[in-house]
Formats: sequence, structure tokens, C-alpha cells
Amino acid sequence: MRVVAAMSGGVDSAVAAARMVEAGHEVVGVHLALSQNAATLRESARGCCTIEDAGDARRVADMIGIPFYVWDMAARFTSDVVEDFIAEYAAGRTPNPCLRCNEKIKFAALLDKALALGFDAVATGHYAQIVESASGARELHRAVDMAKDQSYVLGVLNAGQLARSFFPLGDTAKPQIRQEAAARGFYVAAKPDSHDICFIPDGDTRKWLTDRLGGQPGDIVDVDGTTVGQHGGAYAFTVGQRRGLHLGQPAAGGEPRYVVEVQPGTNTVVVATGELLGVDAITGDHARWCGAAPQGVVSVGAQVRAHGEEVPATAWADGEQVEVRLQRRIRGVAPGQSVVLYDGTRVVGSATIATATACMATTSTATASTAVTGGAATSRSSTRPPVRLSR
Amino acid sequence: MLDSSVHLDFVYLDHGATTPMLPEAIEAMTAQMASVGNASSLHTSGRLGRRVVEESRETIAQAMGAQPSEVLFTSGGTESDNLAIKGTFWARQDADPRRVRILVSVVEHHAVIDCVGFLEAHEGAKVTWLEVDEVGRVHPETVRAAIETDPDTVALVSVMWANNEVGTVQPVAEIAAVCREFGIPVHSDAVQAVGQVDVDFAGRGLDLLSISGHKIGGPQGVGALLARRDAALVPLTHGGGQERQVRSGSLDVPAIRGFAVAMRHATANRAVGAERLVALRDKLIRGAKDAGFGVQVTGDWEPGDGMRRLPGNAHLLVPGCDGDSLLYLLDAAGVQCSTGSACQAGVPQPSHVLLAMGMSEHKARGALRLTLGHTSTAADVDVFLAALPSAVERAQRAQVAMRPEQTDPKQMSQKQTR
Repeated sequence: MRVVAAMSGGVDSAVAAARMVEAGHEVVGVHLALSQNAATLRESARGCCTIEDAGDARRVADMIGIPFYVWDMAARFTSDVVEDFIAEYAAGRTPNPCLRCNEKIKFAALLDKALALGFDAVATGHYAQIVESASGARELHRAVDMAKDQSYVLGVLNAGQLARSFFPLGDTAKPQIRQEAAARGFYVAAKPDSHDICFIPDGDTRKWLTDRLGGQPGDIVDVDGTTVGQHGGAYAFTVGQRRGLHLGQPAAGGEPRYVVEVQPGTNTVVVATGELLGVDAITGDHARWCGAAPQGVVSVGAQVRAHGEEVPATAWADGEQVEVRLQRRIRGVAPGQSVVLYDGTRVVGSATIATATACMATTSTATASTAVTGGAATSRSSTRPPVRLSR
Repeated sequence: MLDSSVHLDFVYLDHGATTPMLPEAIEAMTAQMASVGNASSLHTSGRLGRRVVEESRETIAQAMGAQPSEVLFTSGGTESDNLAIKGTFWARQDADPRRVRILVSVVEHHAVIDCVGFLEAHEGAKVTWLEVDEVGRVHPETVRAAIETDPDTVALVSVMWANNEVGTVQPVAEIAAVCREFGIPVHSDAVQAVGQVDVDFAGRGLDLLSISGHKIGGPQGVGALLARRDAALVPLTHGGGQERQVRSGSLDVPAIRGFAVAMRHATANRAVGAERLVALRDKLIRGAKDAGFGVQVTGDWEPGDGMRRLPGNAHLLVPGCDGDSLLYLLDAAGVQCSTGSACQAGVPQPSHVLLAMGMSEHKARGALRLTLGHTSTAADVDVFLAALPSAVERAQRAQVAMRPEQTDPKQMSQKQTR
């Protein structure tokens, strides 16, 4: 096949490209320029897409003997990923830009451009596996190296995209990939892994958002509505966050308090002690299925963060809406994050979390459920516990 | 002119970026590399090296209509532009601190534009950008008007001899005459012009002229600034003062020798070569325009003309395409060319030249620069014209695929992919 190998300049995509060549494909290396004014040199382990990274990718492409080009996707990345990221935070949600990038850029803009130019597929250095089922369908599965597994951020890919994607690293553990890179003579073999959000090089998301959204001072309140502190902009807070609240007075009993809700409409941050953070009922929208959509209620594993744990759950889908009931409560589930559903190691699909609530007792028909919205909890139906937190 | 020992399995249509070295230049340069001798040394080997440098200086001076003492060897066109712009600005400021203005055309190469930007940011320079018409040409009246707003404050004027993207040749003699009336030094970047059009330093009344070795069949990494004997320049590099106390650093004797051989060859054969290139260029442009995709040629093109547009320059606009897609597809088909504009991390930026000519950013994205040179043949043009239709069709599909509203993942698998 004629394959575009997306090459970030890091060790993973370098080995992925080399493996595609060895598998007999006709490979062209492509580095995506995602920033309109790329920095010259990488500053830290964070970030990517500097001119130095493009140069690293070019050098590896030279070494494995494939043509190499830089494709400018900065405008698309800015509108579809960066501006979406800002808008989501401004709306009180916590987006995952990596999923968004995979959905809109790597396996959409890049893949579509590659197909139009005559390529058959795109290969990336993601740690995930594509397994062909008995029926010939290509399924997305977790990587064998669970510490590096990146299937979570690929949970937005549909069957059409999976049919044209390769993840050559999914069967190997990261340390072996570094060894392989070194054996191949790639000088990026020891290059640090990139962390966090590539377009926020210093990792300070709150400052980055404040620079773009401006200071918006407001109240921090407890679940009773009592003002307990001040903040510089509700958008910079995430459900489950404990640090950076700077609350003047401790909670009764001296327990630490966490953000349980961000209300962009009133620019209010709601805090509570830890027990109110636990949720077990999630509603999601923007559902994406890595194959056929599940029918009826299905048993799944649910994961709400890139490297979070998988929790046993049941789920049912209705068009782009998904409801997920976890078998135990988990903390720090924020609207805007993605919930990715698994069947064993297979990725079933994903949805963007709209609401996350706690049910008092999942088996009872109790009238009350503990919602993290405090007073607002009294006015809603008991049979469908999920409450819209911040939409 | 095509050397029979060179067999290329691709078609090279990027002579504006660099052109293959002439066999004569390779021979002269490699022979020189075997000889020891710093041209500044006082012993026999040093004198032999010095002789090569001075013979080369004389060759280049003669070819360019200059005196040998007016030739300052540099590392290439960019260094020559830097020395001309910064060196003149500082010298003119030293003589009269009121001289803060630099008049420079909007279509200059980045080696000039970024120098001016540096002086503006760090040295208090005030820049007056000289606008161009729709073919990218600076009119002498534009220069006059810009000077006349306050002649005493002008440090220098810089207008390139020929544009590197669209090939438009500037009226440098007329512009120099205007500057001379006011006693203002004038510089021209002739890196693209040498060997293609008649470049005559003294005859056109210039004070400073930048030239480069590797655009005319010489080696990369060598060039020269031609500077009148009375041109005051503040040095940028300090040290041994090898070149007229203005440019320091041991001279690259082999490269200078290769440069001079290439210069002699390029100027001696210029008239015949230019006529040949004009014919190839016109064949290429006609063929591309007749291909049926609405291809347009930018700049000042008139079939048969080799004076107003560089003979080897064909700059095309292909509607509905991104230059980087075309570049990839043509490269894959064995045709090497350029989008013509400056790159950042390998990404072509919207061309400041095309924007200055009044083109929209969207239209400028489909720019393709094909530059012919001494090894180009009619067969090269035929290969390009044969590769063009399928490249355009695919590049147009790719631009459609890249539109945000087209990339809903649910639609993707249904798209036509081949």
C-alpha cells in the first residue's frame, strides 16, 4: 500500500515509519506543521512541532530512505483543535485536545488529503492495535504495553478511518521501541516523551487560558451557596481540581475541598469535600463508534481519562447520546472529557461527557440522588438520575 | 551545453534555488582544493593563493562591469545583502544621524527584508516600502516620490534586479538615476539576474550589487558584494580585514576560483543561453496554460521577451490547488520544482511577493515556480507538461478534502479516494 507515515520528530513515529517500510509498504513521511509560528528549538519535554522536531523527522526519513514533506495544517489545527479547546473551557468543560486532533486532523484532514493525493492509508506512532476480526472488520484494541496504551485518544475513529489506519507499535512495549530506535541508529532514540498539550509548551494551562480569555474574577462557593473564596476566571477550573483554589477558610472538619462544578453562566466555581466528587452515572453526547454501534444495554469497561483506570459499567446508546452506569463511583469526572468504552481490550467507542452524577443506590427506585449541583438537585426526575451539570 | 556525463533520472526545474555546477567550475575548484595556501600569507604558497583570488576578482569585475577593487568576496548573496544594507545604513548614520530612512521594495528577498526589519527593530531605522504594480515592478516615480518627502533623511535605497519568485526585472538604471540626483546610495540584489539578463554594475549607476556563485553554475557558499570605491560600509564581521577592511575571514580560494570560472562562462554564453531559455520558458507556460485547468502565469510575460521577465522563470498559479500538494505530486512524478515562497520548517508561507502584487492569499496558495537553467531541455518541459494534469486533478481533490465542512468522519469512508 501507499502509506503516509505521520512523523512528529519523536521516537515512536520514527520507528512506526521504519516498520511500515519493512512491512513492504511504499511510505512517504509527512510532518504536520500545526503552529503558525513554530518555535525554533524544543524547550522541554513538553510540546512538539518546533522546527527542531521537523528537522528530526526529516533526518529519520532520510535514514530509512523515504521521501519527506511538511504539510501545513496550522489553520485547520487552530480552528478545529485550539479554538475548540478555548471555547470548551470557556463553557466550563474540560476538553481532551488529543482526541479532537485525532478526530479532526490526523485521521480526517491528513487522511483525507493523503487519500486524495493517491495514498491508501495513514500510519502513526500511537500505541494501539488494529485486530482483524473473523468477519474481516478492523477492530481497535489496546496496546500490549498498558503503561503506554493510547487507545483512549483513538476512541473517536470510525470503521472507515480504522480501515485506512496503521498503528505499527501496538504490539511492542515502549522500552523495546527505544531499543529498536537505537539499533536502527536513530539519534531520536533517547528523545524524551512529549507530555501534556502540545500547543501549551510550558504546561501552564491556566495561564495560557487566562492570556486568551482574560481575567474574569468571580466567586468560589460551597454546595450551600456560601461564598468561600474568589477566583480569576471560572474557565480555568476543572472538576476534581484541588490545587489553586486558595480558599480562606477550611471546611468543617478540615477536609480538603475540590471543584465539583464550574458554572460559566454565573462565572462561579462550586467546591465540596471529596465524597461529593464521586460519580457513577455519566451521560455523553457526540458518540463515535469504532465499528458497529452497540445495541441495547451492554456491559463495558469505561475509562474517562487518557491514563485513568477502566471501571466496569453498563452502557446504552441512542443515536449520538450515550448513558453509562459505573459499577462503582469514581472521582474527578468533568463535562467535556471523553468516556471511552471497552469490551475486553477492544475499543467500542467514545462519547463526550455531558453530565456526571452520583446515584444514591443504583438498584433502588429511590427518589433522591446525590448530585454535585447542590440545591438544584431537588428538582429533577429520579428515574433518570443524570443531571446536566453545566451545559 | 548539457554535459553528457550527467544522467539524471529526474527533471530538475528549480534552477532558481540552485543550478548544477558547470563541469569547468568543478574542475577548476577541485584542482585548487589540492593546493595549500592562505591568500593572506606572505610566502610562496600564499602568493599563489592570492594570485588565484585576484585573477578571479578581475574575471568577476570584468563580467559585471566593475573595477576589481569593487569586488568584495562574501559567503553568498545573503551575506552580501546584509553587508550592503546594514553596512551602508550604519555608515550613512555615522556621517549624518538624520539619515534614518531606508527605501526598499516590497518584493525583495528575505535577505533584504529581514535586514531592514532588524534595523527597524534595533537601530531606529524607518522603512519606506516601495509598492509594486500588478506584475511586481517598482516604478522610478515611486522611488522619487518616496525620496522627495524628505531627501535628507534617506540612508539608502534597495531594489532587486530581478525578482526570485515571479521573475520580474526591475528598471534599476532608472531607479539608480533618481537616487543619484539626490546623492543617495542605491543597492540591488542581482542574485537571480546574473547570467540571465545583462547585469552591468557601473553602466547602471549602482553603488552596491549582490551576486552569488551557485545560481550561475559555481559552488554554494561563495558570492560577492560589488561596492563602489567611494561606498562607505561599516563592517559586520571583524578580524583580519581581508576584503578592503570591510569583510574579515580567510578567503575560500577554491570556491572563489569556481565562482569566477562559472561567472566567465555564464556571462560569455548569456545571450545565446537566454534565447534558448526564453524558448523553453514560453513552451512551458503555453503548455501549462493550454492544459485546461485555468492555469495563469504571474508577472510580466510576453512570449519571446527576455528583458522584462527572467528568461528561465515560469511562475504559475493553479486554481483550486495547494502548492505543497502540487510539489509532492510532481516530485513523486520525477519533476522537481518549488512553490517559490520562503519556507518556515518546510512549510511554504503565503508569498509576500504575490500578496504585494494584489493577489488574494487563497489564490497565492496555488503558486508553482519552475525555473529553467543551463541543463534544461525541451524534454524536461515535456515531462513536466505530461505530469501536470494528473497532479492538478489530485491536488484539487486534496484541497476539497481539506475543507473543514468536508471532513465529517461519518462522510469520510464514502468519499471517492482514487
